Amino acid sequence: MDPANTNKASTGGTGVYVCHCGTNIAGIVDVHVVVEYAATLPSVAIARDYKYLCSTPGQELIKQDIHEHGIDRVVVAACSPCLHEKTFRKAIADAGLNPYFVQIVNLREHDSWVHTDHTAATQKAMDLIRAAVRRVRIHKPLNPKRVSVHPDVLVVGGGIAGIHAALTLADAGKHVYLVERDATIGGHMAMFDKTFPTLDCAACILTPKMTAVQAHPKITLWTLSEVTQVDGYVGNYKVTVKRKPRFVLEDACVGCMECIEACVYKQAKVPDEFNMYLGKRKPIYIPFPQAVPQVVVIDPETCIEFKSGKCKKTCVEVCADRKAIDFHQPEKIETIDVGTIILATGFYTFNAKRIPYYGYGTYPNVYTALEVERLVNSAGPTGGEIVLRDGRRPKAVGIVHCVGSRDENTNRYCSRVCCMYSLKLAHLIKERSEAEVFNFYIDMRTPGKGFEEFYNRVAEEGTHFIRGRVADIYPDPQDQGRLLMCAEDTLMGVICKVPVDMVILATGLEPQPDAQEIRRRFHITCSMEGFFLERHPKLAPVSTFTDGVFLAGCCQGPKDIPDTVAQAGAAAAEALALIDAGYVEQEPYTASVLEEECSGCKTCIPICPYQAITLLEDKKKANINEVLCKGCGTCVAACPSGSIQQNFFEDQEIFAEIEGLLSYA
Amino acid sequence: MPEAKPNSSGAAASATEAPRFEPRIIAFFCNWCTYLAADLAGTSRMKYAPNVRVIRIMCSGRVDPQFVLDAFAQGADGVLIGGCHPGDCHYQEGNYKTLRRYLLLKRLLQQMGIEEERLRLEWISASEADRLRNAMNDMVEKVRALGPLHLRSAEEEVFAEEVVV
Amino acid sequence: MAEKPKVAFYWCASCGGCEEAVVDLAEAILDVIAAVEIVFWPVAMDFKRKDLEAMPDGSISATFLNGAIRTTEQAEMAHLLRGKSKLLVALGSCSHLGGIPGLANLFDRESLFKAVYLESPSTVNFEATLPTARHKDDGHEVELPGFYNTVRPLDQVVDVDYYIPGCPPTPRIFRTALQTLLGGELPPKGSVLAPDRALCDECPRRDTKPEHLSITEFKRPQQVLIDEEKCLLAQGLLCMGPATRGGCEALCINGNMPCTGCCGPTSRVRDQGGKILSSLASLVDSKEDAEIDRILATIPDPVGSFYRYSLPGSLLRRKKLDGASVQAPTPT
Repeated sequence: MDPANTNKASTGGTGVYVCHCGTNIAGIVDVHVVVEYAATLPSVAIARDYKYLCSTPGQELIKQDIHEHGIDRVVVAACSPCLHEKTFRKAIADAGLNPYFVQIVNLREHDSWVHTDHTAATQKAMDLIRAAVRRVRIHKPLNPKRVSVHPDVLVVGGGIAGIHAALTLADAGKHVYLVERDATIGGHMAMFDKTFPTLDCAACILTPKMTAVQAHPKITLWTLSEVTQVDGYVGNYKVTVKRKPRFVLEDACVGCMECIEACVYKQAKVPDEFNMYLGKRKPIYIPFPQAVPQVVVIDPETCIEFKSGKCKKTCVEVCADRKAIDFHQPEKIETIDVGTIILATGFYTFNAKRIPYYGYGTYPNVYTALEVERLVNSAGPTGGEIVLRDGRRPKAVGIVHCVGSRDENTNRYCSRVCCMYSLKLAHLIKERSEAEVFNFYIDMRTPGKGFEEFYNRVAEEGTHFIRGRVADIYPDPQDQGRLLMCAEDTLMGVICKVPVDMVILATGLEPQPDAQEIRRRFHITCSMEGFFLERHPKLAPVSTFTDGVFLAGCCQGPKDIPDTVAQAGAAAAEALALIDAGYVEQEPYTASVLEEECSGCKTCIPICPYQAITLLEDKKKANINEVLCKGCGTCVAACPSGSIQQNFFEDQEIFAEIEGLLSYA
Repeated sequence: MPEAKPNSSGAAASATEAPRFEPRIIAFFCNWCTYLAADLAGTSRMKYAPNVRVIRIMCSGRVDPQFVLDAFAQGADGVLIGGCHPGDCHYQEGNYKTLRRYLLLKRLLQQMGIEEERLRLEWISASEADRLRNAMNDMVEKVRALGPLHLRSAEEEVFAEEVVV
Repeated sequence: MAEKPKVAFYWCASCGGCEEAVVDLAEAILDVIAAVEIVFWPVAMDFKRKDLEAMPDGSISATFLNGAIRTTEQAEMAHLLRGKSKLLVALGSCSHLGGIPGLANLFDRESLFKAVYLESPSTVNFEATLPTARHKDDGHEVELPGFYNTVRPLDQVVDVDYYIPGCPPTPRIFRTALQTLLGGELPPKGSVLAPDRALCDECPRRDTKPEHLSITEFKRPQQVLIDEEKCLLAQGLLCMGPATRGGCEALCINGNMPCTGCCGPTSRVRDQGGKILSSLASLVDSKEDAEIDRILATIPDPVGSFYRYSLPGSLLRRKKLDGASVQAPTPT
């Protein structure tokens, strides 16, 4: 640490603290020049630099200056305010200053990390600090707003992530609304036969959790339901849920499934979604035997009663006085109050037709991995037998890794689970058939507990591994029943053509097709790939930029079941922390009308999207409801007589910043 | 890691040739989108022109046209406003107000002889760091090509020499 | 009897309306005359510059200067009066913010001369004579004041103590301001001596303005039959009232015409035009670029509408001069 530039008055004045952030800032910005410059600025009493200001000694340094030199305003030039604004507010508050008497200069993300020219980066740092010094002098004392937190929680999505989060919260005594779009909870995990690397039966570990959801007195489960609107703010969300009719009354149905038997369709004719359309179901059905709720559902698209109104309604007959079937069940709109929200909306599998040369949809024996999950599942359409669409049993199976992952033309990211589930499928196929299995991979990615061991085990079982991206798949001219898989074996340096009976495409994980709509509904953001964006990848991995909305599972990015469950637990813990604190502190960045000055022109009233502004009829003045105001400042900019101000973003503060940036002192 | 070599091409060039005009650009970035995109550009170690100085606001709807005018009056050569994409405003509709003000401001600036490239509105979401970098670079180059705005200085110098009594 | 405060009036680039406003005090002017001693008022009484120059510095209690600064002579007089006066008061819109003459800041000197002396249809100027600094005729040489490229409000030339707004200031504004200045306690330096609320506060039509105004078109007064009861903005007229300091008793509104903004912005606003622009644009009823543009295009002259009285006093002050026009304004 350099000796402080303490060339100014010893009481009052501004302290400027420039962080090296190791070499992150100091490697590009000449912090000594910056500190010397800062010391010359009007009102600056002390300017110092320090290796890591966010460290305890760094914060102590500031506190000490407040105590010993009477510093009354602080400028911290360090990383983004998104990271440590709160840290430094707390530090100066501990030393007796108002927490809002600090201004953060983003010297790392907005300067040293994005520029290479030392002179220009140092100049920029000086400009930014000059602006902050000007601004911070006129900061007014503020205090964070406290708002109460409603103890109920909304969990959106009933896959393993949503189930685990809901159960954790409910076990802690919180009331949870679990909203699922499909007719049953369980999500993708319910479709799997085994889970890697331990080969636990997916149903065996998931079903107990699903039934626990059903049985839990603290969980309200709404299937066939979607959130249509989210109003309010952290602690106080008002959520509208649309509950689509099931045409079977959940309270009346006992899950005997006699109605399915009795359906006028003697044979199941409708391709079954749960079985990836490889099996058939009836118009009245239950998605799978362990579905939760254990309530049948009628598909109005295929039910004769819905199509013609002339069905004999044998299902109603057999249901008899239980009267569970209701063809006129209306859609229901529910409005609920919750304090926190966990999004666990899951993923979508890559559409393999987007890569035409793999022949999915053209050659019947090209399957997606999820289809094969159903084929190898003992509860699946073939009872776990590996049988091709043409009835044959494959003698050779090729698995293509990275379909729709790590590919410039589709998705650049790694889907993280495909290598492992490909190994799992290879193992299951070898276990249940005589087939040879060929894995075509780019890199084998097994970075999890027990993963590498599982890879070795599968390799020892005799699965073949060919390192190379498959370039083409086409019918073998010698044997039309077979397909040739062409790839360059990059380890051998040869082009190989492997004849197989069955191709499995290890399709990657993508955001849900309506992820953008959902994110808008919940006022959160997406990352470049379209997955929901966490607040910080390391420091706030399950939080979003909207307070009180948390993320769990693959909606945030591809991940396996262990990671998903861990994340769901973390999201539940974050929600619990808010609920148990009972209140949440919010930035006081609200706007307020200067009542004496307001002319009652009403310009601001329609500007506010939250209806927070009303006209006081007696005084003919605008008034802002502080609770409803979210602090965007749009009305402030619109007020034609400058009679609305926004805390921390007052006109004068922003003018000071503009002028500070542009005046070359 | 950032490159830590002092002799960037810009610095080397300035020693021999006439210094290149470096525009001064003030940016107003929404806290929820463009500001975060700029943070992401940082964490991704993207590189872009060092001419832009960012002022953080909670919503692009907070941008009072006075701020833009003041920036020009104080010597900025360009002003960049960054907000959430239409339909994506963190506060529902603030960005539409920004759009309307921006379009009227453009008309006004045109009348005032200020080239339209000097004021720019960009919709950049939190994930679009590359878009942010491109907008920054493109704006700097366009304003560089226009040259300094010299809104106040030229006129004031003339006045000063004329009037001293 | 104590000596009466000495008062001066002067007139720069303006129409003379502010001087009329002084006379408009009607019988109240007698009270003014009784209360003060007028030591300099060229428009009404016979004073010469040399009389002024002869006065000791600071001997005038208050000078009321109306008009903007457009020529070197006006600038010289402003400096001279500043030196002689304890208080310098900018009287009326032109002196306060530049006023109507300030709209000349959309042009430069050359184009103004060209339009006025050469191109205007009513000009007969066969020899294409333009004003020059020195002119010889019949053995005599005369000197004309230099003509600046830019019109300025008074405070961009000399230090100003107070402002009395309006085009012209209404008798009530002027009388109240005089009382304030002659009274014991002076307001903070730099104050505008008028109420600090926007005009809507005293507008008789305020209650007829809907709470949720949404703008689909701007109309010009000649395009509509104006309802005499209803808020003009609600009728689609561009009324500057919400962004304009009140105190004028809504004279224009009572004359069934929209406010054009002569009293300037409130003390909390730096740029009247920027503020009305912001508020009106915010209320435009569309989210589509093209439709917003269509609606905005119904304001044919944004600068002239938003800065009718305040362009030189605005943040941008004038149209950007292109390189060619930025040259020393040698008295031509």
